[in-house]
Amino acid sequence: MLRVAMTYVRDPNIAEDIVQETWLTCLRRLKDFEARSSLKTWIFGILINVARARQRKESRVIPFAAVLSRLDDAIPRPTVDQPRFGNDGMWRAGPDSWEGLPESTLIGQETFGQVRAAIDDLPSSQRQVIVLRDVVGLDAGEVSSMLRISEGNQRVRLHRARAAVRKKLEEYLR
Amino acid sequence: MTCREVVELMTSYLDGALSAADRMRFEEHLTGCDGCTAYLAQLRKTREILGRLADEPVPTALEDELVQAFRNWRSTRNEGDSAGTHR
Repeated sequence: MLRVAMTYVRDPNIAEDIVQETWLTCLRRLKDFEARSSLKTWIFGILINVARARQRKESRVIPFAAVLSRLDDAIPRPTVDQPRFGNDGMWRAGPDSWEGLPESTLIGQETFGQVRAAIDDLPSSQRQVIVLRDVVGLDAGEVSSMLRISEGNQRVRLHRARAAVRKKLEEYLR
Repeated sequence: MTCREVVELMTSYLDGALSAADRMRFEEHLTGCDGCTAYLAQLRKTREILGRLADEPVPTALEDELVQAFRNWRSTRNEGDSAGTHR
């Protein structure tokens, strides 16, 4: 929740305020929760509204940034370094298999640290989507609706974000 | 389909968002391509690892504040309940 809050505000203290306010709002409204969505979806929906409101309070630049993100989504851009492919468009040398790596490495604290750092390096629009989709586990429809973007926009951001995290992981695990 | 094109379709594939025709061409390509098969496996693994990040602990100070806020909320609710006796 902190990570998502921080895509709306830069100051970690304000992000913590947002998370705390979210929990308080959830507690207050829990009796009205009608289970039309999962609890997780409901909580994160509240988080995003609280974060947006706080963001509006803290700064006036944001709506323009949202437009820029959407425009950026529409610009096609490869997510894999092009030199990895030959002139025929095929891999020169394929990526390594991670099957042989010990599970303890892949699911170890150091690897988690690398992945967290990779997420933190993403542009906020990508970070929001990958955290809500892959860390929190919400589905494409829920995330698009929450973030008020199309499923297409959401998918572009997820695609770029996953590719960037994969790339960092690949470099670390080499 | 070239590998360069296939790698850009992977997220759509995993979301089930490819047309039936594209999905068929995508899967045909994978059958004959170790590189793209390995890349897709890496993306799946990346997604799996991301899913496990949700288990990370909350910063202690924040957790303490949240627990305190919850206790305050619960005690004000209890006061409300005992004040009105409609049980």
